[in-house]
Amino acid sequence: MTPLAADIGQKLKRRGRWSALEIAFWIVAFASIWLLPQKHLILTETAILALFALSLDLILGYAGIISLGQAAFFGTAGYFAGLVAKHGIIDEPVLALICSGLVAAALGFITSFLVLRGSDLTRLMVTLGVSLMLGELANRYSDITGGADGLQGVTVAPVLGRFEFDMFGHTGYTYCLIVLFVCFLIARRLVYSPFGLSLRAIKGNALRSGAVGIPVNARLVAIYTVSAFFAGIAGALLTQTTAFCSLDVLSLERSADLLLVLIIGGTGYLYGGLIGAVIYKFMQDWIATLTPQYWQFWIGLLLVAIVLVGRDRMAAWHQAARAALGRLGARTIKWRPALGAAGAAPGGR
Amino acid sequence: MAILETIGLAKRFGGIVAAADVTLAIQQGARHALIGPNGAGKTTVINLLTGVLRPTAGRILLHGRDITALDRYQRVRLGMARTFQINALFLDLTPLEAIALAVSERLGLGTDWWRLVGSKGAVADEVAEIVERFHLADVMEARTATLPYGKQRLLEIALAFACRPRVLLLDEPAAGVPEAERHELLATIAALPADVTVLLIEHDMDLVFSFADRISVLVNGALFVDGTPEDVARDPRVKAVYLGEELDA
Amino acid sequence: MLTILFDGVAYGMLLFVLACGLSVTLGLMNFINLAHGAFAMAGGYCTVVLVNRIGVPFALGLPLAFLVTAVLGGLFERTLYVHVYARPHLDQVLFTIGLVFMAVAATDYVMGSSQQFVRIPEALSGQFNVFGIGMGKYRLLIIVVCGVLTVALQLMLAKTRFGSRLRAAVDDQRVARGLGINVGAVFGITFAFGSGLAGLGGALGAEILGLDPTFPLKYMIYFLIVVTVGGTSSITGPFLASILLGIGDVAGKYYVPKLGAFVIYAIMIVVLIVRPQGLFARGVAR
Repeated sequence: MTPLAADIGQKLKRRGRWSALEIAFWIVAFASIWLLPQKHLILTETAILALFALSLDLILGYAGIISLGQAAFFGTAGYFAGLVAKHGIIDEPVLALICSGLVAAALGFITSFLVLRGSDLTRLMVTLGVSLMLGELANRYSDITGGADGLQGVTVAPVLGRFEFDMFGHTGYTYCLIVLFVCFLIARRLVYSPFGLSLRAIKGNALRSGAVGIPVNARLVAIYTVSAFFAGIAGALLTQTTAFCSLDVLSLERSADLLLVLIIGGTGYLYGGLIGAVIYKFMQDWIATLTPQYWQFWIGLLLVAIVLVGRDRMAAWHQAARAALGRLGARTIKWRPALGAAGAAPGGR
Repeated sequence: MAILETIGLAKRFGGIVAAADVTLAIQQGARHALIGPNGAGKTTVINLLTGVLRPTAGRILLHGRDITALDRYQRVRLGMARTFQINALFLDLTPLEAIALAVSERLGLGTDWWRLVGSKGAVADEVAEIVERFHLADVMEARTATLPYGKQRLLEIALAFACRPRVLLLDEPAAGVPEAERHELLATIAALPADVTVLLIEHDMDLVFSFADRISVLVNGALFVDGTPEDVARDPRVKAVYLGEELDA
Repeated sequence: MLTILFDGVAYGMLLFVLACGLSVTLGLMNFINLAHGAFAMAGGYCTVVLVNRIGVPFALGLPLAFLVTAVLGGLFERTLYVHVYARPHLDQVLFTIGLVFMAVAATDYVMGSSQQFVRIPEALSGQFNVFGIGMGKYRLLIIVVCGVLTVALQLMLAKTRFGSRLRAAVDDQRVARGLGINVGAVFGITFAFGSGLAGLGGALGAEILGLDPTFPLKYMIYFLIVVTVGGTSSITGPFLASILLGIGDVAGKYYVPKLGAFVIYAIMIVVLIVRPQGLFARGVAR
């Protein structure tokens, strides 16, 4: 191996290295299990939203697929999890969780060909159409789904047969956080792998991707399916931790709120969904104490404001914030953090 | 033996004939240039060869195998790669990432979602080789969008080369490259391995005549003249077409 | 069955009046206005207030709904929309969804969340019975009004100078500007007009479609389907698409009640797969 090859090998390996900030993030996240017991219910919602946003980041931030229909996968898995729990088909929650995820993944796979063709507008329309269609289905078959009242009588067995769900959300939160972390690890491996790099290439220049031998459509189908899986897991978690599932899991509001979360947090570096979820939930909690009923108005206003400010400007703020945090991290700990594939490393790269 | 052949290749867009009955045979190891006035259809031919466009008629054979119906990425895997006249790069990736991507794809690691890019030593070795050949070592960790144009053009060729093609299609590689950076680019093209067949589209006649051992002239979508550089240079019809003189009947 | 056809045509024409503004906006400025339904809702509520509470006669309430919403549309266009024209589609979608959320919440706050009904005059309730087909008088009015509007629109596009400027600007904005056409003004007027039509449609349709604060969200997908299936380069495209969808929806809900609304979603998805530019579009790449 030549010195240049060794150097290149080193540089490539450094891409996937965990930065100090990342480790700190997860330490804080897990510490919250013990440090913030009274907040567990809202933290559970946050963790679920974070996973949901992560699923969208995979297709939007990494592969460049615009979707207004992630709720389709979220909701389908949510109902599936609820139904298998209610009718005692699958008792153990973790098993039910995985099965729900697979159901969502199957749905993702079947509908993936719809997002391969056409412009961004077509994709928006089609993804929205699918999720609204499923919402309509759920509404019609109210004898199965409970319709507008929601799925009643869902009882969730203890996790792994040992950990019972309680009123305060302790088990629920720990469960969700662990699932989030596992899914995050998988996603992280994925984005730093050759497969993940090919997605970024497709997003950047689909024409050139084909010209270097990447089977573009096959990759897009794959990531769309994976993303549907994660969205499904999030949906199933919601049903399992709340023992309830209703029509709003398939609604436009859910997909729109998700986009908002991801835009707040930033796309393309995996933590955007997580950070966005935290900020969003914090805001929701705060505004809810002021005007509980008209929360939607403020969401709308925020969306309008963000667009007027401009996502480019926000992306620039994100870059600056991450660079600043990176420098902060570099100073507190001696070695240089690899801020990963988003290319936000401070200084020249 | 002809490594790349087209037989009666034609492309119509509605009423417009972009390519008509193009029959080319490119020999293994050749340095073949495709020249012609603007709008003659040279890029159309490349697009047809690489699968960006589907022909209205005709066949394409790579190493004797009919590839006319194959997808773009399938042709790349069979050993045909191209560059673009206007840089088609991954602007947010670094040259290192882009080349590592192309190399990983070629080595069949494209579906590997678990391992880190470059964790296999073979990838790093190949990437290093390409980075050196294309003089990109000093800029390999900068975002592609920030590179000077000459370096971008080198990367453009490097990405195609990383696919280890048997046939390399270069679409006006020197186009728009500032004088100061041309030398490096031309030297790199001249230094391409002898076992790689090169089909070159160019307007720069110095490059064409110093590089090519065979030239095809394309006019209005049809093959006009096909021969050695000396033949083509001497042919009065070629001069007429380029200088706009009237052709004799 | 002919009654269903009649109802379907009425529904379809209503959809057309509601959606054509959206279609022209999309075709003209390549701008996705998901808040279009909010203008329809505004027209509906405006009529409710005018007719029910103030006592304006119904025949006057309709044109007033048109005017008020047109003015509202023009105002919004100049102050808000103009800032996001150049943005990518995702931004436009987010922006207009934000506006919808705001409109829905605001309407809920001001008017309450229950469904509103417009007091239609006695003369319009009930049915005619022609050759055994039950034609609801109100639905007949809808068909007449919308039919007249459609013809007027087509004439305006084809015969007037404004119409030709509009068609030029839709076809190729840059060239139109180059010819001296004030594309900004064309768009402003068109947007206002389209919003006004939506408002009129909302007022007309309150009786059939149901008017409550969630109207824009409920019907947004219908408008989008009309635009997607009908394409954006003509009036006839969305018109035919609306009729098709109107009949499909009514027939679907009658014959296969469990899967009623399903039918139009399925139609949309099939069309999008087969022809991503819409059934009736000219197939010109944008």
